[in-house]
Amino acid sequence: MKHSRLDWRGICAAAAGIAMMAYGICRGEMKVVLEKAVNICMECIGIG
Amino acid sequence: MDKKKKANEWHRHKIQALWALLTNSYLAGFVQGKIYKGRFKKLCVPGLNCYSCPGALGACPIGAMQAVIGSWNFKFAFYVAGFLMFIGAMAGRFACGWLCPFGLIQDLLHKIPFSVKIGTFRGDRLLRRLKYLVFALFVVLLPLCLVDVLGQGTPYFCKLICPAGTLEGGIPLVLLNTSMHSALGWLYVWKNVLLLITILLSVIIYRPFCKYICPLGAVYSVFNPIAVFRYRVDEEKCTGCGACAKVCKMQIDPVQEANHPECIHCGQCKKVCGAHAIR
Repeated sequence: MKHSRLDWRGICAAAAGIAMMAYGICRGEMKVVLEKAVNICMECIGIG
Repeated sequence: MDKKKKANEWHRHKIQALWALLTNSYLAGFVQGKIYKGRFKKLCVPGLNCYSCPGALGACPIGAMQAVIGSWNFKFAFYVAGFLMFIGAMAGRFACGWLCPFGLIQDLLHKIPFSVKIGTFRGDRLLRRLKYLVFALFVVLLPLCLVDVLGQGTPYFCKLICPAGTLEGGIPLVLLNTSMHSALGWLYVWKNVLLLITILLSVIIYRPFCKYICPLGAVYSVFNPIAVFRYRVDEEKCTGCGACAKVCKMQIDPVQEANHPECIHCGQCKKVCGAHAIR
């Protein structure tokens, strides 16, 4: 049935997302996120 | 039917609240005025949830994206962009409707009885495009281009706009840390004014921040039409009664466009459809 088909564009985009995440993790982006997230973000709370 | 509809909406709110509690369950932070510093903090959460909230266990994807883009060694955030692409491609703006703590706050604020409740207004459609500009300018371009001598950018969206950061991080941390009081200035006042405006508008307009400002919603909205899990309207079953369009608080007509970029997948249209044409 036409309406119940999975959209391959969505599946491809999700797969591309996973690939990008993996690449980002491999090149060390998670470390930057962790460093930012474990310190109080003065800009975020309206001080810095 | 009305009673059933209301009960169903509370079911969604319970899930939103449960998710908000789960992802903000570092209770010691609320007691000590500190934030969680464990290893889970490198993982992004799907909703707008400030990582400086004392209870936050994960990282806000918008804050994380600005942090990576604004770092001296990376100029594109593959990890965060990939995460947003994956979440969006799987279910579009489902996260907005079900997994965003700031969305829940706006949902609840809109339940406050008030004499004026505005559905749509002149310029509403145009104003909804503002969130794409906010994303491009404050989340990507400014942190990328306006850098200091070390090549580091500032998270401009967090700094100048985000009311979620003020509510979830700014207010509790300032209340719990008297040492921060001396550092308060015009920026804190500005952010609190923005938060107050957001709160007041949320009582009158359904989810004004999500509709007009949220860069996270802007990213997810792009994936709504192609998401793996999305709504489908069975044209053979649809009677064209218009009940779905009438119940939609985001002012979408699902029959015209079932996966409109503004749809937050709250599911009210599906519930109200007597012909069960929306799946």
